Amino acid sequence: MTPVPLLQVDGLEMHFPLKKHLFGGPRRVVKALDGVSFTLMPGETLGIVGESGCGKSTLCRAVLRLIEPTGGRTTWLGRDFSRLGGEALRLERRNMQIIFQDPQASLDPRMTVRQIIERPLLNFPIRETAAERSARAADLVTLVGGHPLWLDRYPHEFSGGQCQRIGIARALILKPKLLVCDEPVSALDVSVQAQIINLLMGLQEQLGLSYLFISHNLAVVRHISHRVMVLYLGKVMEIAERDDFYHRPLHPYAQALIAAVPLPDPKLERAKPRLRLQGDLPSPLNPPSGCRFRTRCPKATSLCAEIEPVLKDYGGGHVAACHHIEG
Amino acid sequence: MPAKGIVGTSALVGAAAIAGLSLVTRGAVPGGFFGGALGGAIGALLGLGVERFLRSKVRAAPPPVLVDPEAPILKIEGLRIRFETEGGGVAAVDDVSLSLTPGETVGIVGESGSGKSQILMSIMGLLARNGTASGSVQLRGQEILGMRDQDLDRLRGAVMSIIFQDPMTSLNPFLRVSTQLTEVLIKHRGMGRAEAMRQAIVMLDRVGIPDAAKRIRLYPHEFSGGMRQRVMISMALLCQPAVLFADEPTTALDVTIQAQILELIKELAATMGTTVVLVTHDLGVVASLCDRVVVLYGGRIMESGPAEQIFAAPLHPYTKGLLESMPRLDEKVHGKLHTIPGQPPSLPRPTPGCPFEPRCESRQPECRVLRPRVQSSNGRTLACHEVVL
Repeated sequence: MTPVPLLQVDGLEMHFPLKKHLFGGPRRVVKALDGVSFTLMPGETLGIVGESGCGKSTLCRAVLRLIEPTGGRTTWLGRDFSRLGGEALRLERRNMQIIFQDPQASLDPRMTVRQIIERPLLNFPIRETAAERSARAADLVTLVGGHPLWLDRYPHEFSGGQCQRIGIARALILKPKLLVCDEPVSALDVSVQAQIINLLMGLQEQLGLSYLFISHNLAVVRHISHRVMVLYLGKVMEIAERDDFYHRPLHPYAQALIAAVPLPDPKLERAKPRLRLQGDLPSPLNPPSGCRFRTRCPKATSLCAEIEPVLKDYGGGHVAACHHIEG
Repeated sequence: MPAKGIVGTSALVGAAAIAGLSLVTRGAVPGGFFGGALGGAIGALLGLGVERFLRSKVRAAPPPVLVDPEAPILKIEGLRIRFETEGGGVAAVDDVSLSLTPGETVGIVGESGSGKSQILMSIMGLLARNGTASGSVQLRGQEILGMRDQDLDRLRGAVMSIIFQDPMTSLNPFLRVSTQLTEVLIKHRGMGRAEAMRQAIVMLDRVGIPDAAKRIRLYPHEFSGGMRQRVMISMALLCQPAVLFADEPTTALDVTIQAQILELIKELAATMGTTVVLVTHDLGVVASLCDRVVVLYGGRIMESGPAEQIFAAPLHPYTKGLLESMPRLDEKVHGKLHTIPGQPPSLPRPTPGCPFEPRCESRQPECRVLRPRVQSSNGRTLACHEVVL
């Protein structure tokens, strides 16, 4: 029997209608997500990459229903999560938590670290005395590499890396199954970034967490993920196992993304084949017809403008959406 | 004034300085920096009217004189930068020396608080009001540290120019790109409006902005982030400066756009023979662009040398740690990343020893009390007690 996925997302859509034009005309819609599907297994990390504006953060928020998706279905542990409402939704959410990019901005400056970490407990019917809560906060702050002495201090007394640890402790106190990480290390210095990556990987091993890990840093995603998903203008371009993806990226966009990462080695960097994408991301208001990537794609043909490629399996769960993949 | 305010205005002043606008501040405030910020801000608020008024006050500066063509393009010796704060003085940069030969590209690498940006700011004369720089900075043999603003203005934008991290805040949102670009040429080269416009369009075309003749009429917000950075680069290079400073020029951009911009800087610098000083925290960016690397920590140079050597055989424990703690695409994934314990100090702590000592794996008792001697040989320098060059 195959294990039940923790999270299964089918055809998720997030369309933002714009204000009507003064002189009428059809209402314009930004399709931030347009039919995104993927699964996440327990204990797995799915890395999500793409340029800014491709829908990475929108995806996270739509999965958690922090913003209500306009279409598609989310199945959480075999149950339809997209139809949960009210109290049932609220109670289920304790199993899914999120950490953010800017660690300082995501902590309330007027709360002590103790209050910040314990706060989620008060949202749920958990019968615990103040002493028990306090003990759990102390355990957690130690678990994330801090010290119980941190508990009575305020966020401004901590550095970025320490604040991110506090944010992680807050997310973990409800013992969630899923942790959504929205660019958790992008704002940190290189030497501190490594500490947080190690922490997240250690916690996954210890607690069996699943991560949706968003980052624009492809090297970080490669280090932490089991599988990788590439988004472009709200569509999935490619999903593959980590090693398969980095050794054999199939979609021209994925190839260009990987080629654009500067390697910290001048010799390799100068010898690297050059594959430069031209231009910027097109406007999501008016995406290109057919394949959305065709305006910047080196392999684009007239076929790409006419027919939108669908995701095809190229073996071992390696799927990509492109007309020009051989084999 | 909160530190953030200073950082915010400095970018605006930066653009003003490139355009030569900060001439207005002559004698207004000691140091002239804050006046520059005000001038820039008022200009931005009131738009073109004030702009014209300011311009009428400004003489067209003659092209700068070469003092000594044989000297290194830029020579920094014993540069110290101090900031007076409520909690006392802080040394942001401590005894930094560096010499640049024409046409080379040097990367200054460091984490936040290492003082890397302040080095550029002090050279451009853009330090915050509470900051003072001492030591010596010679541009083509001419001492420019502590130079009067009106003299600096003949150099800024003409002989040396700077591009900043955030291309939105360094362009004036109220002025068309054409106004901002032509001003540089009108001011520094004494060109007429039409000729300046013609050259500005050629330059925009060179940095890869399609349909430049039309786009030059647009406002900064009508460009994407990558395109804005291209506009900034074209503005900085209009007068073909000898030195281009780039302060995290691609940090705000996506990798694909970053690759385009790095390529552009590389190509333009090579064809124009411009010396480039690139400040960044990204070792990958340095590897792809720079001939030489300077590693900064706590306001001091830890290690410097040819890029290939530094990346292939780093000697300082900090450089080693930094390289090992990066996940890299060119290596196998191994379980745990190497880490440097602790975090970089937000402000350099005054220490008689090595600033990296609290985080260093190979520290010895002497590292805490004794400042490491700078060893140098074959173009490499190293400041460490425990490693011999």
